[in-house]
Amino acid sequence: MRQSEIDVLGARVRVLEVGEGAPLLWLHGPEGPRAEPLLTELAKGYRVIAPELPGFGRCPTPSWMMSVADVAYFCLDLVDALKLGRPFLAGHSIGGWVAADMAIKRPDLFPALALVAPMGAQASAPGVDIFAISPDEAIGAQFHDPALARDVIAARADEEIDIGLQNRTGLARLGWTPRFADLQLPRWLHRVRARTLVVWGEEDRIVPVDAHAVFAREIPGAKVALLPDCGHAVPVERGVEAAAIISSFLAGARA
Amino acid sequence: MKVYFFHLMPYADLDLSQVDKHGGAWVTLPNTNFDSGKGRALYERYIGELELADQLGFDGVCVNEHHQTAYGLMPAPNLIAAGLARTTKQAKICVLGRALPLVNNPMMIAEEFAMLDHLSNGRLIAGFVRGIGTEYFSNSVNPTFSHERFQEAHDLILRAWTEPGPFSFRGKHYQFDYVNLWPRPVQTPRPPVWIPSQGSAETVLWAAAKERRYTYLQTFSPFPQALKAFRGYRDAALAEGYEAEPSQMGWAVPTYVAETDEQARRELAPHIEAFFNKFIKFPSLEMRLPPGYSSIASTKALMVAKFQARANATIDKLIEQGIIVCGSPKTVYERIAYCQREMGFGHLMAMLQIGSQPAEMTNRSMRLFADEVMPRLKAHDDADSRARVASVP
Repeated sequence: MRQSEIDVLGARVRVLEVGEGAPLLWLHGPEGPRAEPLLTELAKGYRVIAPELPGFGRCPTPSWMMSVADVAYFCLDLVDALKLGRPFLAGHSIGGWVAADMAIKRPDLFPALALVAPMGAQASAPGVDIFAISPDEAIGAQFHDPALARDVIAARADEEIDIGLQNRTGLARLGWTPRFADLQLPRWLHRVRARTLVVWGEEDRIVPVDAHAVFAREIPGAKVALLPDCGHAVPVERGVEAAAIISSFLAGARA
Repeated sequence: MKVYFFHLMPYADLDLSQVDKHGGAWVTLPNTNFDSGKGRALYERYIGELELADQLGFDGVCVNEHHQTAYGLMPAPNLIAAGLARTTKQAKICVLGRALPLVNNPMMIAEEFAMLDHLSNGRLIAGFVRGIGTEYFSNSVNPTFSHERFQEAHDLILRAWTEPGPFSFRGKHYQFDYVNLWPRPVQTPRPPVWIPSQGSAETVLWAAAKERRYTYLQTFSPFPQALKAFRGYRDAALAEGYEAEPSQMGWAVPTYVAETDEQARRELAPHIEAFFNKFIKFPSLEMRLPPGYSSIASTKALMVAKFQARANATIDKLIEQGIIVCGSPKTVYERIAYCQREMGFGHLMAMLQIGSQPAEMTNRSMRLFADEVMPRLKAHDDADSRARVASVP
């Protein structure tokens, strides 16, 4: 993986990059850009560009960041700054919400869009409130398989505790109320022209899987892939399988 | 020294086993545990205790705001204050405080406080707080905007009280084309503003700033932490080029008086331990410290230090740490006098009802305190604290 930094609108953005091929902009979920094994698998066919979203990781919450729309515009500026042309766009969780908003704002810019358990649409209530539980419990709540969650927690370095707290702050800024949703989002999803794939874990307790129906209904021609025995942390819990589904969808979209 | 009676109005009839069953007494404790008949009787009793404090000569009566909790039955403290404004005669009416960031229209707070100032004929003391972390869950307000909203709501309320209207206010979180407060407050230029806190360094500095000089109120703290906050306030004042008056500092402390030390400890123990182990129990540390409510550094520090420490409070530990004052009139007087000398505060908010403490104990403790402790404390003038404080390095 290559790591670089770029200034966008006075904010310093850390960008992970891996793989060669057509550019694929990856917008991370609540745990930050290192979404493995998904990214490594995607990098076998694409040049994956994974920026750290403002308000996450080592970036303190910017005062201008009031909503997902601000992050979406920021990432559109980032596409220009990185000279990505017309990249594929994919995102997980909060990053999926930002990606959907970018595709609404610039229907012309993205040939294809992959939304992995995106936040943004309101369906049934979450099974847990991740802000009411400890960071470790919140990791646990994102997995269907508790053994995988234990591995992730055990592998966490000390410095990641600060990053974890910052990620929670960024997530809260964007999704505190209504929790992880924009009630107006479904109304404008019809503007998306990118060919769209929605991937979801059937056992998602953070953003329950029935929200997939909102994206499938409102985005013209959207395809859906549901993964059984999988929680919210799709890139980790079922990263290899999700990458194969996404790669094959993007390959079809390119044609 | 000025001496006040501070009431939290807990749901004293709480079945304490329910707190453990549901993980805490805040936000998620089902309200089926609230019995309306008992609740109504508690309001009657508590308002009576506040009125008694006025009759006994306390300088003020204090109420505060908390939501969705058995810890306190005052989500709307101004309602209690409005009643007290009519039934008390001389005591200051202290609302400590309203939680500014929780409201979408801070003008309502400016209006209600102005009305209270009229109903009480200028006896209002207006407290401003951010609300504790759980309040951001129960009020569905984004905690990452807590500081910004507090600051902005404060600016709006102060301007609404003191500047001729109408004018417009353009903030990031609050915008008003017409700010034109009717009624304006009775007190000129405005009611006194007090800032209750548990000792956050940022809050202490902010309150002490020379353009504000707000009375800073330290609540529920071990002795060293309270001492540090008051020293921080005085240092901040010196850095701002002035010397802080004792009247700019207040100490809120659970207090219980009985005939002897032994009797006081024995009687208070179950109630104060219920208070610290059950009524202050939060469903999780994260609900007490939601993201953005405090800086990441202080969140981390608080996570390790403070809240676990109280999980197994006992009356002996609480007295030893200086979190509460309990004993015979002599012991209580001497302890408070010692704390005043060390800390330098000019206001004492005695919390003379706490947790499950019943009416008879409260009444007896209040009267003993008023008869045998309060007159001696009131006789202390500012020099008693300032002289000692000046010699503290």
